[in-house]
Amino acid sequence: MEIPTDHLNKMSIEEFDTSKLLINAARQRDQRKLQDELIIDVDCHHYENESMSEIVEFIEDPVLRRTAQVYSGAGTGANNPFMIGSPGSQDVAGRITRYPLRKMDPTPEDGRHRDIHLSLKWMNALGVDYAMLFPGPMLLLGLHPVPEYEVAMSRAYNRWLTECVLAEEPRLKTMLYLPFNDPEAAYKTVQDFGDATGVAGFMIVSTRYKPVYDNEYMKTYSLIEEMGKPLSFHASFSWNDRLLGNTNRFLVTHALGFTIYNAVHLCNWIINGLPERFPKLNVMWIESGLAWIPWLMQRLDNDYRMRSSEAPLLKRLPSEYMSEMFFSSQPMEMPHDLDVLEMTFKMINAETQLCWSSDYPHWDMDLPSVIWDLPFLNDQQRRNILGENARRLFNLDVSDRFPNHPSTA
Amino acid sequence: MAQELFVSKTSELADGDRKIVPNGNYEIGVYRVNGELFAYQNVCPHQGGPACEGLLMAKVEEVIAEDKTYQGMTFNHDEMHIVCPWHGWEFDLATGDMVADRKFRLKKYDVVEKEDSIYVTV
Repeated sequence: MEIPTDHLNKMSIEEFDTSKLLINAARQRDQRKLQDELIIDVDCHHYENESMSEIVEFIEDPVLRRTAQVYSGAGTGANNPFMIGSPGSQDVAGRITRYPLRKMDPTPEDGRHRDIHLSLKWMNALGVDYAMLFPGPMLLLGLHPVPEYEVAMSRAYNRWLTECVLAEEPRLKTMLYLPFNDPEAAYKTVQDFGDATGVAGFMIVSTRYKPVYDNEYMKTYSLIEEMGKPLSFHASFSWNDRLLGNTNRFLVTHALGFTIYNAVHLCNWIINGLPERFPKLNVMWIESGLAWIPWLMQRLDNDYRMRSSEAPLLKRLPSEYMSEMFFSSQPMEMPHDLDVLEMTFKMINAETQLCWSSDYPHWDMDLPSVIWDLPFLNDQQRRNILGENARRLFNLDVSDRFPNHPSTA
Repeated sequence: MAQELFVSKTSELADGDRKIVPNGNYEIGVYRVNGELFAYQNVCPHQGGPACEGLLMAKVEEVIAEDKTYQGMTFNHDEMHIVCPWHGWEFDLATGDMVADRKFRLKKYDVVEKEDSIYVTV
């Protein structure tokens, strides 16, 4: 494959293999003996769009299924009515070469889905034992103007994912996509898939315009709380957003987009007293990094002290509720002054609340070493963040990988 | 003690080419660009990615007119960048410095060309 390196020249690349790309990651794994540690990745991705012709067969509405078949097959040259795109260049305009080269990555033809093989390649290189798998382009589906489309596509994806991928590979799990723009469909998704293989929790893509405090969602939160599974909010971006549309470089669209939607939902979640209404519901915030959390903790506490009449359900400071939430680590900001990061860890109770994530194969992925090598963590703290916090959160059975783990006794 | 690591025959590394040679537990990327040879360890100081296996790209610059208005972007081929394929960190081919934060740099090696062969001093 040839990748343009400027307006005149191209670089020719003959082969691509994730295992070779990640040789240095495997070396890190071996140097740190990470294969002996329980490592759970709470956020990684696959490209479900590459399996779209399989997924659309699970669409239940015959008319919508037929429409999706047309667009996932040969196509018509027009836009796909199911997918909401956004301008952007996550791969830094081709500089992150695993994006354009991914299709060249060889996988065995043994009947197991290609996404399983691709996932296990990078998981093995990084030393990851279990991973929460999320979609890619579908993370923008919450922006679809018609809820019916989000419901149909997400239900088909959820069936395909649980039946064709998760049921075939016990190291892959998910927090299942909820079609949040249709509250009844979100509730039904929890009902129908709560016990499906590999469903460790539920996920709301935060890039959407539906407020989490709406009464229509309360029965869904109740049901998830009753099941004892976590609810997560996965960040994304949209350059079509009116506010983010004021940015002209994707760097800013990404830096703000991946935090601002989660920030809005988190504020609504706390100020409307949802932690008081659902005290046993564990909530996780995914892929916003960590630096935004101290900002919101201080900002919300300051305003709450002056305007507590607007948040009468709260019995404590907003930051105290936040310190009981769960956060995924990636993309973890790495300041030159590590005191800044250490203070952030302290503020969010990282020892029990932070869960490492890779976000692989995305462009700003993190390796386990970003946690393992932090000088201010002791061994137990780094083990908690890399695996134990997630194992406890998901009540994950790790006996197949760690038969002697204390939780299996 | 310094040793010379054979890279290739001179004729095998044309201008614009790159060769990656094993060196112990890692590799060294050797480049010939505009007639000059450069060599760096194939390990990014960020998270350890194989920096030398990425694209070699010209520096991107903004065109700002005298009245300070933005007039677009252009490539500057006088400053070539090694781009790490893991995360896109860019390094000045001439120095190994990370262009966005010069506190970071690739490990640089001396390259010598003698008779008809290229060697890196390791």
